Amino acid sequence: MLTLILISAVKALIVVAMVLNLAGILGWVERKGSALIQDRIGANRAAIFGFAGAGLVNTLLADPIKFLTKEDVIPRGVDRLLHTLAPCVSLFPAMVAFAVVPFGDRLHVGELVVNLQAIEVDVGVLFLLAMTSLGVYGVVLGGWASNNRLSLLGGIRGSAQMISYELAMGLGVVAVVLTYGSLDFQEIVRRQGHMIGGWIPSWGILYQPLAFLLLLIAGIAETKRAPFDLPEGESEIVSGYFTEYSGIKYLMFFMTDFVEIAIVSAVVTTFFFGGWQIPFLGSQGFVFPWGWSLALPHVVVVLLQVAAYMVKVFVFCCLQVLVRWSMPRLRYDQLMWFGWKVMLPLGLANLVVTALVLLWVRG
Amino acid sequence: MSPFLFFLLAVPLVVFSLGVVLARSPVRSALSLVVALFLLAVMFFLLDARMIAALQVIVYAGAIMVLFLFVIMLLNLQQEPVETARPGQRTIAGVFSLVFLFFMGAIALRGLPVMPGPGVETAVTPSFGSVEALAERLFTRHALAFEVTSVLLLVAIVGAVVLARKIQR
Repeated sequence: MLTLILISAVKALIVVAMVLNLAGILGWVERKGSALIQDRIGANRAAIFGFAGAGLVNTLLADPIKFLTKEDVIPRGVDRLLHTLAPCVSLFPAMVAFAVVPFGDRLHVGELVVNLQAIEVDVGVLFLLAMTSLGVYGVVLGGWASNNRLSLLGGIRGSAQMISYELAMGLGVVAVVLTYGSLDFQEIVRRQGHMIGGWIPSWGILYQPLAFLLLLIAGIAETKRAPFDLPEGESEIVSGYFTEYSGIKYLMFFMTDFVEIAIVSAVVTTFFFGGWQIPFLGSQGFVFPWGWSLALPHVVVVLLQVAAYMVKVFVFCCLQVLVRWSMPRLRYDQLMWFGWKVMLPLGLANLVVTALVLLWVRG
Repeated sequence: MSPFLFFLLAVPLVVFSLGVVLARSPVRSALSLVVALFLLAVMFFLLDARMIAALQVIVYAGAIMVLFLFVIMLLNLQQEPVETARPGQRTIAGVFSLVFLFFMGAIALRGLPVMPGPGVETAVTPSFGSVEALAERLFTRHALAFEVTSVLLLVAIVGAVVLARKIQR
């Protein structure tokens, strides 16, 4: 019993550490990425004792220190409780949602079998949808509790956008769930392990390319970043729902963005790119179809898989940074038109076709 | 479900439910309802009804309450007027509440053997509360009710669209 509790605690700690570090690193990646695209050097001013060489480490330290030491301004006439609560409500579901995504296969330690997934539940996909649907409260509350018209506009824009794109996201998820016949993330990853004809990994992208696009686009819309950053819209409404926030609370809204990027990447990786699977890597080591094989100890195999998961997630995070800095912002009517008249019908059509094909294949 | 866990959830659940009724600010009232619904979902989860728990959060906390808040924000409702009750309304409400309380109390005191509650250990099969078990019931025994509900919702959606069109003209 005690060991089980300990294992759960360690797994939860690993996930929290993974999310927080990734969020910090993404802050730096975002600056460097934007600099790269805009032909600048970027993020090279943070120096510790005059040493500006290690840009990543310096920025990782400098950002939180700066935010933590800034004055926390609460405007006059606001609901103080809700104003403080909003950034917490924003960050919490985003971080918890990460816990159902498996970051590795089962790890055998002597007698113990540790499933490398913080929350082992057979309705993991629903859990994730539930948590992401709670994310909208941070936006709504932040906008309302600031007692500022522009913030309120941002909050309303944000909630309308998130509700609209949640539908397309849900339809994409349902198509994937139908394909694998499971709501358990770990099961979905396992079923992507076998090779089609011994050569091609049976990753979800081969079965559900349209769902991949829908999920990625809806996911980016849920993170409220360009080209879907109308809730922020700094050229019209200052910075939307977090206009009236500063210091640590601003940092929490800021971090929510990056945690959400990480979730979108993790979900896309798990659904469409095999999660922790590495092609040709079995539980005994690499076995290639042209006859080569390389035996590896169990721990190395598991570590390689965890590393593969992290690399895949990071690649998709970088892709989102790239999208954010290369796409112009949509107009509001374009945003709604795209969500309701393009994404939703496509999602429905994809779902119907998936169901019909499955019916035909499985009989 | 252990009594400790039950009361750990039930006490805040009752407190936030009271908050829904007693809070002066409409936003705080709506948020109390969100917290109450969320706690209820946790309770479902601990009673092994995992699917219901997830749906509770997705549908009620995640969708319906967001729309409530959306409307409150759009209309920019502030403090509720203190006295809105009609004469006699309070008496009638009080009588009905007392009757309801009496029956609920009677049921609680008698104890329902089938209901898992504090300290009641019921054996559930591993498939209990799973998506498969729920779906099988829903699409066989309760298929008619399920379809009727979906038609009802469709009618409501079409009605909403028609009403919105009329205002535009």
